[in-house]
Amino acid sequence: MAREPLVAATASGGSPPPKPERTKPRESPSTWPLVDRIGLYLCWAAGIAMCLVTGGILAYMAVRGVQFLRPSLFFNSPTPELDQSKSGGFLDPLIGTVLITIVGTLIAFPIGVATAVWLNEYRRPSGLARAVESGVEVVAGTPSVVLAIFGLIIFQQSFFGFLSLTAEGNAVLGRSFFTAGAMMGLIALPLIVGSTRVGLQQIPNHVREASYAVGKTKAATIRRVLLPSCRPAIATGTVLGMGRIIGDTAIVVILLGATLQLQSVGEVPGLSTLKGSGSTLTSYVYNNSPAGEGQSPGKAYAAAFVLLLVVVALNYAVNRITSREAPQWIR
Amino acid sequence: MRSDQRAELVLGALACFVLALIIGMVVFVFTKAWPSFSANGLAWFGTGGDVDQQLTDIFNSPANPKAYVYELRAWPLLYGTALTTGGAVLVGLVFSVLAAIFIVEFAPERLQRLLEPVVLLLAAVPSVVYGLIGILVVVPFVRDAFISEDRKKAVQYIVQLDGTSLAVAVAILTVMIVPIMVAIIVDALRSVPRQWTEGAAALGVNRWRVMWTISVRAVRPAIIAAAVLATARALGEAIMLSMVSGSKAFAPNPLDGITFLFEPTRPLAATIVDNREGLSAVPLGQTIYAFAAVLLVSSLVLSFAGWYMKRGLRQGVIYGGSV
Repeated sequence: MAREPLVAATASGGSPPPKPERTKPRESPSTWPLVDRIGLYLCWAAGIAMCLVTGGILAYMAVRGVQFLRPSLFFNSPTPELDQSKSGGFLDPLIGTVLITIVGTLIAFPIGVATAVWLNEYRRPSGLARAVESGVEVVAGTPSVVLAIFGLIIFQQSFFGFLSLTAEGNAVLGRSFFTAGAMMGLIALPLIVGSTRVGLQQIPNHVREASYAVGKTKAATIRRVLLPSCRPAIATGTVLGMGRIIGDTAIVVILLGATLQLQSVGEVPGLSTLKGSGSTLTSYVYNNSPAGEGQSPGKAYAAAFVLLLVVVALNYAVNRITSREAPQWIR
Repeated sequence: MRSDQRAELVLGALACFVLALIIGMVVFVFTKAWPSFSANGLAWFGTGGDVDQQLTDIFNSPANPKAYVYELRAWPLLYGTALTTGGAVLVGLVFSVLAAIFIVEFAPERLQRLLEPVVLLLAAVPSVVYGLIGILVVVPFVRDAFISEDRKKAVQYIVQLDGTSLAVAVAILTVMIVPIMVAIIVDALRSVPRQWTEGAAALGVNRWRVMWTISVRAVRPAIIAAAVLATARALGEAIMLSMVSGSKAFAPNPLDGITFLFEPTRPLAATIVDNREGLSAVPLGQTIYAFAAVLLVSSLVLSFAGWYMKRGLRQGVIYGGSV
């Protein structure tokens, strides 16, 4: 119907229909308006700046690290000496980092996985589940200084006296690997919960239903089916959490005492170290920088380089874990 | 059946333990901080006097609990926190939107593959390493390159300029928070439906305009969420800021012109770390708990804002339940 007038017009000897314009060959940014080109260049600048900053940090730390790192640094305890050739290495901070990572992960892992499983599989009553969800979110957003202060407040209660040094007059110091590790667990917790939940959410429901259909209880399903199949997700969260623990300074400085050497409390070997105060690589860097009292940038550079290597290694581990294929039946 | 119920109970109890801990944290920090707030009233947030001097007085107050000194006007610290956080988030936001567009749209494939681990790595570098580079490399550079004798003389009766400054703090803080924002914005840009961008491209719109007018506009909630999360991170950064910000409770004055950028400052979180030795003195301890309480409230507000944003995202058109 609509075409009829047109046909009539052509038939009546009007001008022929206009030729369709050819589209432009292939657009290149040089044909864009100036504003758009500026935007494009800014994008390039931002991307390249990011590469340069990262490359710069890594290269600078590598140069300084190689310059100042000596094998002897790994085997000597730090000593309070003004003469830098006698002030020892970072054996104690290294042990401290390992200890606090272990304590923190041991605390965060079970609580984190349990919370994630409960949030995903049970969530009854639902109001409580929402509250726990937002609680985890709050922990993730709380600065570690505040967590450190909170740790100091609770662990200075005389009730927790068995976890740290008790000074004369029953004043509890509240500073030990136990107390710092507990707060470190808190900063690792949201990462473990988040990652585990993502893993659980990716398991389709038919897997759970198949398990129920062969007569498994919910608890057995979680233990035998769900948890094993989201193992990579749990591992990712745990490694990320360990990275956070290793990199944190505020909690160490406030809650571990950041003493030069490990100072044990009590007689029981092992336990006495955990009850005592100490330092980690991060606080060693902080104390040896011009901001602390150590004034030996060389040692700070060496320790920071080791720290950076650990972080790069953990990042690589996360990459390896996440790139692994999920089992066939999950999809 | 019995063991099943037991499992639910145990898991639920552990989850509730986390919740109880958070509530305990808020309650404990506030009860401990109360003396400082109640002694100063609203003037706590006000201005007046030298904060560093006030903190020293509090530390040296007599041992008699009745004679404790609490006098504190914390405005310079709050102002310093706001300046460093606000500056870093503003600069970082512009930068990370551009970088995210670059990664998603314009980067050649090889550069793209390189950039993703770069972002993750930048996000994982411990703050003390940033602080070390800041205090040993950036601060001396700023001192030599930007702080001339004239500039020093112009403010010498008010404050000493030694390179540790607002500008350095903001610059390094920006480097620290950009990766977080880039990661969130890249995720969001990737999940913009292809039909939308292809539709625009089919109309002859060039690639930059497609990104700018379609994709970036569609992910606005994600950009705001990224800014909120980055603010929370910047607010709580203590170690790096205590190393490079000068640790002098001075409120940088914008009327000083460019010199404003090179004046030292002292954010709240850094103050807590700097005064860690004085925590055992009761009144100073309570004052520091008050700092922690202010930080806690700010981060609580930001957490809920960020959580709300992300929830909105999850239900929104863009995300379709994928994130």
